[in-house]
This record gives sequence, C-alpha cells and structure tokens, in this order.
Amino acid sequence: MHLLICGGTGCKASSSDAIAEKLKLELAANTLQDEVQVILTGCFGFCEKGPIVKVLPDNTFYIQVTPEDAAEIVKEHVVKGRKVERLLYVDPTKKTTIEDSKHMGFYRKQMRIALRNCGFINPENIDEYIAREGYQALGKVLTEYNPQQTIDIIKKSGLRGRGGGGFPTGLKWEIASKNPADQKYVVCNADEGDPGAFMDRSILEGDPHSVLEAMAICGYCIGASKGLIYIRAEYPLAIKRLKVAIDQAREYGLLGNNIFGTEFSFDIELRYGAGAFVCGEETALIHSMEGLRGESSNKPPYPAQSGYLGKPTNVNNVETFANVPPIILKGADWYFSIGTEKSKGTKVFALAGKINNVGLIEVPMGITLREVIFEIGGGIKNGKRFKAVQTGGPSGGCLTEKHLDTPIDFDNLVAAGSMMGSGGMIVMDEDDCMVSVAKFYLDFTVEESCGKCSPCRIGNKRLYELLDRITKGEGTMEDLERLRNLSQVIKDTSLCGLGQTSPNPVLSTLDNFYDEYVAHVVDKKCPSGQCKSLMKYIIDPEACVGCTACARNCPVNAISGERKKPHEINQSICIKCGACMDKCKFDAISIK
Amino acid sequence: MTKVKSLADLKKMKETLQAKIDLREKGEAAENLVQIKVAMATCGIASGAKNVMDFLLEELEKRGINAVVTQTGCMGYCYAEPTIEVKLPNADPVVFGYVDTKKADEIIEKYIKNGELVDGIIPVNYESIDNK
Repeated sequence: MHLLICGGTGCKASSSDAIAEKLKLELAANTLQDEVQVILTGCFGFCEKGPIVKVLPDNTFYIQVTPEDAAEIVKEHVVKGRKVERLLYVDPTKKTTIEDSKHMGFYRKQMRIALRNCGFINPENIDEYIAREGYQALGKVLTEYNPQQTIDIIKKSGLRGRGGGGFPTGLKWEIASKNPADQKYVVCNADEGDPGAFMDRSILEGDPHSVLEAMAICGYCIGASKGLIYIRAEYPLAIKRLKVAIDQAREYGLLGNNIFGTEFSFDIELRYGAGAFVCGEETALIHSMEGLRGESSNKPPYPAQSGYLGKPTNVNNVETFANVPPIILKGADWYFSIGTEKSKGTKVFALAGKINNVGLIEVPMGITLREVIFEIGGGIKNGKRFKAVQTGGPSGGCLTEKHLDTPIDFDNLVAAGSMMGSGGMIVMDEDDCMVSVAKFYLDFTVEESCGKCSPCRIGNKRLYELLDRITKGEGTMEDLERLRNLSQVIKDTSLCGLGQTSPNPVLSTLDNFYDEYVAHVVDKKCPSGQCKSLMKYIIDPEACVGCTACARNCPVNAISGERKKPHEINQSICIKCGACMDKCKFDAISIK
Repeated sequence: MTKVKSLADLKKMKETLQAKIDLREKGEAAENLVQIKVAMATCGIASGAKNVMDFLLEELEKRGINAVVTQTGCMGYCYAEPTIEVKLPNADPVVFGYVDTKKADEIIEKYIKNGELVDGIIPVNYESIDNK
C-alpha cells in the first residue's frame, strides 16, 4: 500500500511535509512502516483543494488534509480499510462524495488531442505512430472521400487556425482548392516566435508524423503535390526528428508517388528560417522561403491565390495540422462537440513565468483562466499574488484578475483586449511592473520589425522611447495620452499583423493598470519596485549595527560608515544591484 | 522495408505493430519486462535527460533487469524535467519528475526491483482521446 502526498509548491505551503511526517509516525506506531510507504509526489494540479493525499492501490483521493488527520487516515483507512468520508472530494454539482480520483471531473480539465502522442510514442519510430492509428486518416481520406468531402469534414468540425488568427481552417483549404493551377503548395508554419511559446516545437519533437500526415491530407484537398515546412534553425532537435520522420514515411510509401496505391502523390521538404519574428506572418514567411527578404506584403493577393513562387499556397500552423488526423478518424461531430460556440476543440498552452507548473497543457476551449492558472498550473510561485497573465505574445495583451473567470476562446480573449495568439501564457505576480512589461514587448517588436512600413518601424521605436522615459521617472501625463494616440495610429496604418498588434501590450496595460502608469509619472515611483531608476536603497540607522557586511559587498563602493556605527549609501554612486540588501543580516536595508 | 500499398495494408500493419507493443506490455516476458520512456524533447535534454537515459540503459543491463528504454517527446511537465515514465508489468504507468542519475538509481532499486514507489511521482492530470 502507498500513501501519496502532494509535494507540489502549493500543497507544501499548506504543510504537506508535516502531514507526511505525521503519517510516517502513525504508521510506525502501528508497526506498518514496512508495509505502507509514504511518498511525496509532484503537483496533482488540484491545488485549490490541497493538500492532497492519495491512497494506492484503491485510488482514494483525500483533499484538504491537515497533519491532525494523519492519525485517522492510518487508523481507519490503512488499518481497518474504511475510507475517511469527511476528507473525500465532494462533486460540486452532484453533491456526492467521490472516492476514486479516476472519476473526478477535475481530470477532464485537460484533454490531449494535438498532444495525443507527445510523451507517449518514440518520435523517431514510425511504427509506434502507426500502432496509434497513424496515417489511417490519410488512408481513409484517399480511399473513401473526395477532396471536397474532406474539406467539408474540416469545415464542419469548426477547426480554426491555431497560429493566432483563428481563421477557419476548412474555409482556408476550400479557397486554395478552388484556385486552379498546375502546381500548388502546402506550407507548415513552424516559425514559432512568441516569447514563452513552445507548443509547436514540442509537437514537432514529440509527434512529427502527425504533422506530415495532415499536410498530405491538406495536399489532397487543395490539389498540391508538394509540402514545405518552414522551421526556424533554432529548433535543431525538431529539425532532426522531422528529417527522420520524412525519411521513414518515404520508405513506407506514405510520402512519395501513388500513396496507398492511388493517383495521389505528395512529398515534403524543409525550409529553414533564420528566426525572424515577422516570418511567422504568412506573406513574409513565403518571401523568406523564396530567398527574398523576410518582409510582409499587402493582401490581397492572398497566399491562396498567389503564394510561394506565385502559386496558390495554403499555410497552416503546426498545431492546426496536428488536430487534423483525429478529426478525420473520429469525425467532425466529435470535434465540434468540444469547446465553445465559436471556438471548437482544444488549445495547447505553454505556461511560463511566475507559475509553479511551467509546462505544456492542452485544454478544451472555454476553460477559464482561473482553472488554467490555479488548478492545472498550480498557482503562483512562492505564494505571491496573481497580477496578470500575458497571452498572445508581443501581439497580445495582459489580462487581470477581473478576467480570471472569462472562458478562454478566440473571441472572448479579443473582447478582453488580448488575443489567443499561438498560446503562450506568461504569468506575472505582484512583483512585476506592468510598464516594464509593456516596454519589454515593445523592445522585442522594435527589434523584430522588418522596417518596410513606417508606422511599425518608426512608431514602435517612439512608443518604446515613451515607455523608457516613464520607467525612468521622466514621463509626463501628456506622454500617457501620446502613448494611446500613437498606439492607435500604428494599429490602424501598419502593413501586416506585426505592426497592427504590436501596441496591444501598451494599450492593455494602460487600460488595466493605469494607476501604475500614473504612479511612475506623478509620484515618480514604481509600485512593484522593478524600475531601478525610481528606487532607492536606504539604510535604517536605527537597525544598522555597523557590521560592514554591506560595505564589503558593494561592487561600486557606494556604502560608507565606521565600524559599529550606522552606514550610509551614496545614491549618486549606487547602481541598485541589491547586493547590500541580500547581505544585511539585520534587515536594516530597504527599498524606497 | 516494404511499402504500404493500401489502407487495408496499413490497418494490418497497425494490428501487428499494436500486437507487438501489447506483447511487450502483456506478453510472455510479462514477469520481468519493464518499459521506460524518457522524455527527450529540448526541455528534457537541456535538463540532463540524455545522461539519465544512458545511465538507465547501462545500469539496467548491468543489474540484469530486462527492460525496454525508449525516448519520447515532451510530456508537458517541463517544470519537473527530466521526466521518465516507468511501466511495470501489469501496472499502470508511473511518471517520475526531477530524475537525475541518483534518482534513477533509486527508481531502479526501489520501484523497478520491488514495486516500492519513490518520491517525485507526477500524477496524471489529463484525459487522452483513446478512451473516448
């Protein structure tokens, strides 16, 4: 028998260590320490009801256990085999107790469709993919459906592009299929560039065949015999696994001529990107593949009309493709039944930032931010307070506490002033300064702007300078107005998605954290203590004992004072590194 | 390798391959065959999964344990890398996080040899589409 205790940060904070100790003592008191083991586990993702104790092999799931409950669990459950009713989880809707973790609705919060094989199969072995029904969707499509029927399935499923825009995938395929041409192209956009997003990389590294299979299906639908994967050279492992996968698929005749003995032929090649953010935009991506500068161009013509080498081209994101084979095999209705009214299926999110369970999750559309952050994500690191979550990368916005219960889907996120983007979620806590966050993203966009149109090239630079002034305490109230106006102009007049969305982090932080901007401008203070120019390290003469630890550790010799007498920091020399504060054993140094 | 010529071909292949994998799971050698998957995506490798995999391969052989060690992609628990999944015969797979060579040694000695769980288990918290 095993007693599993959650040792995740959340449960640890509510004394799961003490519970483990207590359980061990109680077991020893009953001389059961050899038969029953107490095991600390990682996060169960049910932090709201922690600490969690799970009993194996019967899967009993106890919630909100305290050290005082240990004796009862051992005496009742372990010794007598009777479950401790009062500690069982109560189903919030049915009001009945649930003994078995396998029947808890909570575990239905994550559902893996795009990630179905990630962490499950060996990505370098095509046999394992085939054993999981791999390439059957392609076979089914080629032998049972004509292209239009296949497109209709995708349309009916409600699948929307997972790269950020959320354009209906089936419709995109249909448009490309209706443009006649001697050659067409299917392009997989694997130029994942949002800071903090790594879902596409994980899919390519964990399940490359699902993307190849879906590209072939798309090729059949639109009438293309060639597929290209545009992948950034910074993803060497993903590239290696894709190459292995393509070779294996060719060897099996699943790529190449006359696939499944039909007339359909399809092959895939890789194209490497140099890691420019703008090349995630489809026209810039196509130019880059053609060997031209990675700059976006006006639409229309859309790639579906004139794309790679002037031929009709269909560009989809990695995650979009990964969803296609299960839709074909399980049917459009199945996929349509998951998610919200206008956003169907699941979405993979990369959780990053100040969150305990940094990682990849896949959840049905319509789940709330609260569930994602506080349940699956295990809450905020070090027990700090949640402040905001940035979704959609540099094109997205910051959502705050008031959005925590908003169901996540394409339209709700836009309505809340952010966007789905590719699915990066960067969580921020009370220590993060929102002006600095906006500045960080602007810094990124300025760096990544291709420079073709002036609103983006010049406007973003000016936005950045305004933000920089504010973080240095040199901003004025007029600057805040200027920020807003300039942002609007950049949004309205930029050529491509990069410029049209780059002011979003500024606008959403202005909307949600206006007070913080005002504090920087009027009070010349950074409420989170992040903006170095606005803070001062001060030694409290009452608390300082003159131990000289701070002075000895100051890298710029800004601290002076006699031994055993209060020290002082020379503010004009201080570089605000914080070394003195770390070294002070008497808490005499504070930030003002 | 022979080419897949038709959907029926592929389905037949799927059955054989599935059976082969099932055999690995439930078949004759069930008494002593252990299956281990090491999450070897960029996140895992960066945290040292490669060393752990080498260690497992070497040590299992040395200690005479009949096991299959394979690589797999990211399991999603990037915060707890390196992660490995151990499937003992006739048991549900168990995922362990923060596996360095020391932990791997403990897993071999305690869990694989005696079925005793060790600290660092990552509970499954998602639903797969297989059982739908």
